[in-house]
Amino acid sequence: MRYAMVIDTKKCVGCSDCVVACQNENRVPIGYCRDWVIEHAKGTFPNVSIELRSERCNHCENSPCVRCCPTGASHYKDGGLVKVTRHECIGCGACVQSCPYDARYSHPDGFVDKCTFCHHRLAEGKLPSCVSVCPTECMYFGDLDDKESKVYQLLQNRDWKVLAPEVGTKPHVYYLI
Amino acid sequence: MNKSRREFIKLSAIGAGGLVLANPLLNAMIGQVNAAEPMDASKIKRFPTYCEVCFWKCAGWVYTDEKGEIWKIEGNEDDPHSNGRFCPRGTGGLGMYNDPDRLKTPLMRVEENGKQTFKEVSWDKAFRFIAEKMNKIKEESGPESLALFKHGSGGAHFGKLFKAFGSKNITAPSYAQCRGPREVGFNTTFGSNINSPEPVDLENTKCLVLIGNHIGENMHNSHVQEMSKAIDRGATIITVDPRLSTAASKSKYWLPIKPATDIALLLAWMNVIVSEELYDKKYIEQYAYGLEDLQAHVADKTPEWAEKITSISADVIRQTAREMAFHAPATLIHPGRHVTWYGDDTQRLRAMAMLNALLGSWGRKGGFYFPEKAKVASYPHPGYPPVNWTWKDHLDGTYALAGSSIANVFVDMSHPDNESDYKIKGWFVVGTNLISTIPDTKRTLEAIQNLDLLVVVDTMPMEITGYADIILPECTYLERYDDMRVSPNRFPNVAVRVPAVKTKYLSKPSDWIVRKLAKKLKLSKHFNYESYGEVIDWQLKQMGSSLAEMKEKGVLKMERKSPMFIEADDYHEFGTSTGMIELYSLDLEMEGFDPIPNYTPHPEPPTGYYRLNYGRAPMHTFGRTANNPNLNELMSENSLWVNPFVAADNNLENGQEVWLKNQDGVVSDFPIKVRVTERIGKDNVYMVHGFGRANKKLKRSFGKGISDSQLITNVMVDPVMGGTGMRGNFVSFVTDKPESEVVS
Repeated sequence: MRYAMVIDTKKCVGCSDCVVACQNENRVPIGYCRDWVIEHAKGTFPNVSIELRSERCNHCENSPCVRCCPTGASHYKDGGLVKVTRHECIGCGACVQSCPYDARYSHPDGFVDKCTFCHHRLAEGKLPSCVSVCPTECMYFGDLDDKESKVYQLLQNRDWKVLAPEVGTKPHVYYLI
Repeated sequence: MNKSRREFIKLSAIGAGGLVLANPLLNAMIGQVNAAEPMDASKIKRFPTYCEVCFWKCAGWVYTDEKGEIWKIEGNEDDPHSNGRFCPRGTGGLGMYNDPDRLKTPLMRVEENGKQTFKEVSWDKAFRFIAEKMNKIKEESGPESLALFKHGSGGAHFGKLFKAFGSKNITAPSYAQCRGPREVGFNTTFGSNINSPEPVDLENTKCLVLIGNHIGENMHNSHVQEMSKAIDRGATIITVDPRLSTAASKSKYWLPIKPATDIALLLAWMNVIVSEELYDKKYIEQYAYGLEDLQAHVADKTPEWAEKITSISADVIRQTAREMAFHAPATLIHPGRHVTWYGDDTQRLRAMAMLNALLGSWGRKGGFYFPEKAKVASYPHPGYPPVNWTWKDHLDGTYALAGSSIANVFVDMSHPDNESDYKIKGWFVVGTNLISTIPDTKRTLEAIQNLDLLVVVDTMPMEITGYADIILPECTYLERYDDMRVSPNRFPNVAVRVPAVKTKYLSKPSDWIVRKLAKKLKLSKHFNYESYGEVIDWQLKQMGSSLAEMKEKGVLKMERKSPMFIEADDYHEFGTSTGMIELYSLDLEMEGFDPIPNYTPHPEPPTGYYRLNYGRAPMHTFGRTANNPNLNELMSENSLWVNPFVAADNNLENGQEVWLKNQDGVVSDFPIKVRVTERIGKDNVYMVHGFGRANKKLKRSFGKGISDSQLITNVMVDPVMGGTGMRGNFVSFVTDKPESEVVS
């Protein structure tokens, strides 16, 4: 099993609902976030285009954060999830520095926090909270090893990219372009 | 008139009695809880609600945690407004409940040591004060001299109080400051209003045309969802907007039109469709009145003619017209929502309606569906007393086609310069910040100074609360029952709202406020219940359901009684005077207006000035949410969109703070950060509406960004229905802090 998130930039309107839903679901303190939205504009008026995309931890296959964690708090879980065990985390912040996507933050309670793909919801058979709230349904979540899955199909049939492929992290968040 | 009688109270005494921020739990309530430790699932409860953060009123579920505090709010899957997915504002609605800046107790304007201030008073004292003033106005000038300005669910309760008291002078800025022109434009064409939510079949449309309508930035939930599905299906989107809106960025055709020239484009599109005979011949022959008049009218409105006016090339005008016709009747020219732009808005909206008519999209799949609405019985109450006059008597036939009351006319009726026999002496303002919603703030304030009573009911301190004689703190929608949501849709349905948490502070639901005030006014017979839950339960039982059942379901869906679209062999009767689609409007002709729209040029910005355009952001609803802790975090201030050439001409840098000065010399209270972007052209600047809050009690949002309303002093009134056109204001940049800066 390889969990992956596929986000369609052609549908995202940048509303940031994914951010609020995640904050509520995961009780992320106000002032912090596990996901965020980026706008990139290209060209000159009136030949201009924009790309909107929701970003978060890429649950990389080759994660610098797991490699650099001195206590083993950052680790891989089933399906390729990258997780942090809170009571093992000493809050040193090495992983925060190592992440090329700036996806981790130091929680005021003394540990490092980030997106879990809503692991607790997956266990209940639900989708991650950002995926299930998105009004445009621009986010998809599933198992890339399952050829019937929507995520697999989308990557077969559409153009896509990952963020910062050059750093070799093998991210599991894909953007349809 | 005593100018200082009702001065804006700047540093109020809210909390002088020790209520404010004395609660150590407050920090815990705004998110400082331990993150995502597993919760005891058995303690999680859910309550049905419909959202009050905007007018879309999506139905959903409020989840409370083991402590009984709100954990999260999610959409109800059976709800056609949300389809189980709330927008960011609905998801962040708990911030309205948690906001520590909320109004907490009734406050009365008093004078202490020669200075006006607000004093905390008991509810009973507040009611005695208000009832006494209301009775005095009634005695001196009649009950009709009291007016209600309302927005949202709370206002409905006050509407009943007003009718029981003897006044039908009830209004909402959502008509003449927002969607009014489209109601008249479509009604004069199809004999039917648009209403809310708009009955557009986005789900099946093959070609969506947006005229300045920024779906995706206006987060009208089900429409955003359906537009996204249309993108998935590969539908053509044509967006007309001087700015690359989010919707424009997803469009096959973006027409960056010169502002204020939309009617010329619409006429040219009709010219192509008529002259190339691309219209729906069978439909037009069967249903339309006035095709020949229209043909003659648009004969010279060629794409070449329109190119010179709109700056859109004739080729693009032809190409887009043909593409619309190709997909017809599944082509939808969306009526939009906030359409009070240039004062000829009814005519622009009528041109849009007529274009829909030519394409045959009214009553057709992929165009407009015929909505149905559930019938809900009125809870029994004695008849309301007759009234001697209403706002219509004041107008004496002017704006006869307006289908609803006109909020700015209520300001006129309250103003010292009103020479008619119909004078307003007291206002109740419920859930609407009139300082931001009605343009020409100076005139609104002059009217306010002329009042004998100003009661403001809200959940938050706003600019309008600063001018109140008495402020009543309403609890948020998460803490109360309200009337059921009954809105027209593809299927009739109702949604309930029940309290998920206890009322915070001393705030109360509007239905409670109204019942208690009614008692003081000896009108209790009209409000014969102890809790509003009883009213809803009674109404639901008439429909074969109950409140208990609805607490489990949230939304009740019913069967349609008539077809959703015009059927092939059917003959459809339209609600116009001819019973047909009027391409030539007899109603407009009778009232002395153009029966077919004409393009008239509008003033251009003088040198050094730029047209001020404004719009929405998906995470905010006007000024209501600017202070919401969850939503403020996503966007805490607006920015001024400026084209790079304009920035260079004015030596502006990205992120630089500027003040704005408009054509009438009005300088913004606060500065705004410049956002240099290629997404906007050289003749206008743009900002999101709802920022620049001037009430210091709004700790998070005070002084952040600019309020566009403050700079909208040129108001172009629509002669057809009295709407206030707000997009004819021009601004220049002030880079040094103005000496005259007024920071309240």
